[in-house]
Amino acid sequence: MTEPGLYQILFISAALFFIGVYGFLTRRNLITMLMSVELILNSVNLNFIAFNKYLWPGRMDGLFFAVFIVAIAAAEAAVAIAIIINLYRSHKSIDVKNAEELKY
Amino acid sequence: MPNATTIALIPLLPLAGFLLLGLFGRTAFKNSAGIIGTLLLLASTVLAVYTAYDYFTNSSVDFYRREVPLQLTWLRFSENLSIDMGILLDPISVMMIVVVTFVSLMVHIYSLGYMKGEERYPTYYAFLSLFTFSMLGLVLSSNLFQMYIFWELVGVSSFLLIGFYYNKPSAVSAAKKAFIVTRFADLGFLIGILVLSFYSGTLDFNTLIARLTSPESSELKTAVTSSFLGISGLSWALVLIFIGGAGKSAMFPLHIWLPDAMEGPTPVSALIHAATMVVAGVYLVARLFPIFAISAPAVLEFVGWIGAISAIIAAIIACTQTDIKRVLAYSTMSQIGFMMFALGVSKYGGEEGLGYTASMFHLFTHAMFKALLFLGAGAVIHYVHSNEIKDMGGLRKKLPITHITFLIACLAIAGVPPFAGFFSKEEILLAAYENNTPIYWIALITSGLTAFYMFRLYFGIFWSKPSHLSQMPIHSGERAGGEVHKGEGGFAMMLPLILLAIGAAAAGFIPFGKYVSSDGTPLETKFHLVFSVAPVVLGLTGIFTAMWLYKKQNTRPDKLAASLNGFYKTAYNKFYIDEVYLFITKKILFNLVGKPAAWFDKNVVDGLINFTGNTTQILSGKIKKIQSGKVQQYAIYFLAGVIGLALLFIYVWK
Amino acid sequence: MNGSTIIFYLLAALTLICGILSVSTRQIFRAAIYLLFSLIGIAGIYFWLDYQFIAAVQIVVYVGGIVVLIIFSIFLTQQAGDKLSKQKIGRKIFSALAVFCGFALTMLQVYQHSFYPSSDIHVSPTVANIGNRMLSVKEGGYALPFELVSILLLAALIGCIVIAMRSKPETT
Repeated sequence: MTEPGLYQILFISAALFFIGVYGFLTRRNLITMLMSVELILNSVNLNFIAFNKYLWPGRMDGLFFAVFIVAIAAAEAAVAIAIIINLYRSHKSIDVKNAEELKY
Repeated sequence: MPNATTIALIPLLPLAGFLLLGLFGRTAFKNSAGIIGTLLLLASTVLAVYTAYDYFTNSSVDFYRREVPLQLTWLRFSENLSIDMGILLDPISVMMIVVVTFVSLMVHIYSLGYMKGEERYPTYYAFLSLFTFSMLGLVLSSNLFQMYIFWELVGVSSFLLIGFYYNKPSAVSAAKKAFIVTRFADLGFLIGILVLSFYSGTLDFNTLIARLTSPESSELKTAVTSSFLGISGLSWALVLIFIGGAGKSAMFPLHIWLPDAMEGPTPVSALIHAATMVVAGVYLVARLFPIFAISAPAVLEFVGWIGAISAIIAAIIACTQTDIKRVLAYSTMSQIGFMMFALGVSKYGGEEGLGYTASMFHLFTHAMFKALLFLGAGAVIHYVHSNEIKDMGGLRKKLPITHITFLIACLAIAGVPPFAGFFSKEEILLAAYENNTPIYWIALITSGLTAFYMFRLYFGIFWSKPSHLSQMPIHSGERAGGEVHKGEGGFAMMLPLILLAIGAAAAGFIPFGKYVSSDGTPLETKFHLVFSVAPVVLGLTGIFTAMWLYKKQNTRPDKLAASLNGFYKTAYNKFYIDEVYLFITKKILFNLVGKPAAWFDKNVVDGLINFTGNTTQILSGKIKKIQSGKVQQYAIYFLAGVIGLALLFIYVWK
Repeated sequence: MNGSTIIFYLLAALTLICGILSVSTRQIFRAAIYLLFSLIGIAGIYFWLDYQFIAAVQIVVYVGGIVVLIIFSIFLTQQAGDKLSKQKIGRKIFSALAVFCGFALTMLQVYQHSFYPSSDIHVSPTVANIGNRMLSVKEGGYALPFELVSILLLAALIGCIVIAMRSKPETT
């Protein structure tokens, strides 16, 4: 096993990202789709931190981006859940198949 | 001279009346509309008479002058060419405003009685005012295009008034017919105007005449030398303008609308289709007379022949018609034919210009007695409630004033001295005799026929044997205390008759040649006593023939009709001109032009549009499936797009 | 092969395995728990990278906040023990294929690209440094984004309330 470095972290990050995408594409429950989105966001965060650590150790921009992304992710999760609850109220379901009215 | 405002007020007062009555008439002036319209027109008439008095007496130097008291530039196209609005005063326009306002005033007063109780009474007066405004604007126009504008306005108001009884299908179709036929002729007029202004570079009458009559002018040279189909540009322009005039003046073969136009209310017929609008064509030719006479005598001769043909054809048809208004309509056409050929045989200047003076004179007198005839006929119709001559008879006791005035009008139109028609017709015949003998003979025969058919009408209405229809109302009227029929229709209807009768009797004594002549030098009207014998004798013959045939009810007319069987039928059916038109339009135009055009429109034009529409619809139907509403599908598209773009940027566009 | 390396690979394995399980299990509550562990794994990697502050934020916000929120909403909307409905197999295969292609492409690019670390002096991301930078209005300070994010959070707060509020029955 090689010494872990930037490439290893990027591998983890990319893998996590595509796991999240896969989840987003295949899940039908809105809450699980939201979870996939959280995975995607985390993979991005990991990327930022890794680049900050290995490429620009003298700066902290990557770190700040990560912090703000966490904050925005929190806000996004809250709003998404509010929407999901509202949808559940009106459709008695949070299956994405049942929320297809917004079309042509 | 009167200032421009005064003259401008003459047409503007009726316009004000139209706006007032047209906008508020139905609510505010339901009953007073007639009075308001009449008063406004009275003011206008007074102004017109004052203007005329001033014009003819004020000037010590020159009677024949063109005054332009008002000229506003309205649309400027280029340095030299603009459409103006102006007023042109010269003897004929001054004469015309007097005629138009006077006859219109008579008709307004008459209508107070005639149209009383009509549901659309205010609308009627609004239309009358509109017509009067347009006609006054027409005669006062200072340039050709302004004239064209008012020309169309006159056409519109004529259309509105003919179709006044719009719930009567025959009135509606008559209005349409009048509009379409005159519109068709107006197309010629418009093209003529454009051609003329193209060559002369102006629309203004004064400039136009000056440019196109002086032999040195370059405009005239180009207009004469350029040719199309072997006829010079100027001739084309004048012929086309004359077609416009012929349409309005109901000249053969564009006369077919005039008899049908009698579907309108009778006073309207008196105003529009006898005295004023139909002479617009004559007026137009008279306006441009110097150009016709000096630069294109051939066209003028053409005008003369059309007039003569119209005169005789209309007279023959008039002898056979049984609807009294139609008889009068054909008589109008015949008399306008007289005016036209009087212009046609005239030459420019001096003694030779007698025809021009005679034509205008006849226009003037004709307006008087023809309006009188129509209004008299209106009184009769009002009384009998029928247009057919067979429903009338023996009315001379019941309608004494109508009877007397009608007789005066008939004598006037028949050319019996000393009534107005005698003088004007005599001058026309003299002019024809001196310049064009064939037309003179036609005119002579026509004037005999005129006397005959007018007295046929007169005896048919007022003498003959009382028919059952005219008997009945008399009895019922007596029983109901005279309330069913108020005799002759009251003061409002009788006053115009009397005034017009005075006009018809006395108008001939006006020394017309002193005021109106072709080139501006006063023309002394001479009487040739010997010359007058033939027409008068012929006229009297016509009258006595009519008396012999129609004074007492007998079988002689039927026998005569039977002996002339074929010819009588042809004339009765108006020489089948209507049928010819129908044949041309229905069989030829519709089948050869209309149907292919319709096919083309339906299959090619519509087909193309439908094809485009359908294709778009089908395509969009397919495409819209993409917009499915499924979030995950969108995400897949998105991902595919991102990957695709990444590949593109990384490997294709390095 | 030292301890640090082993710990890193263990954390990476934890993160990825839990992530995969999280998107593939058919029980929603378990999915949430797997997500929780995956996020903890990421926090562990942050620790491993010596970024304690962001690791702490990760644990506090994600583990303590968002996942709890998700679990609550699961309780609100789902009968416990219900299995998630199956997705079409075609869709699964297609997605897996697309995801694999994307992943392959990305990794190909990553390995073909050579990264050059800058030779700056290393600044340790201590809480003091972070705090100074975050509230600094000078060059390189993050005061403005900080304020913007605070406004965003406020807006999200109000928005959540408005959206989730039970609409009045339309009787008026």
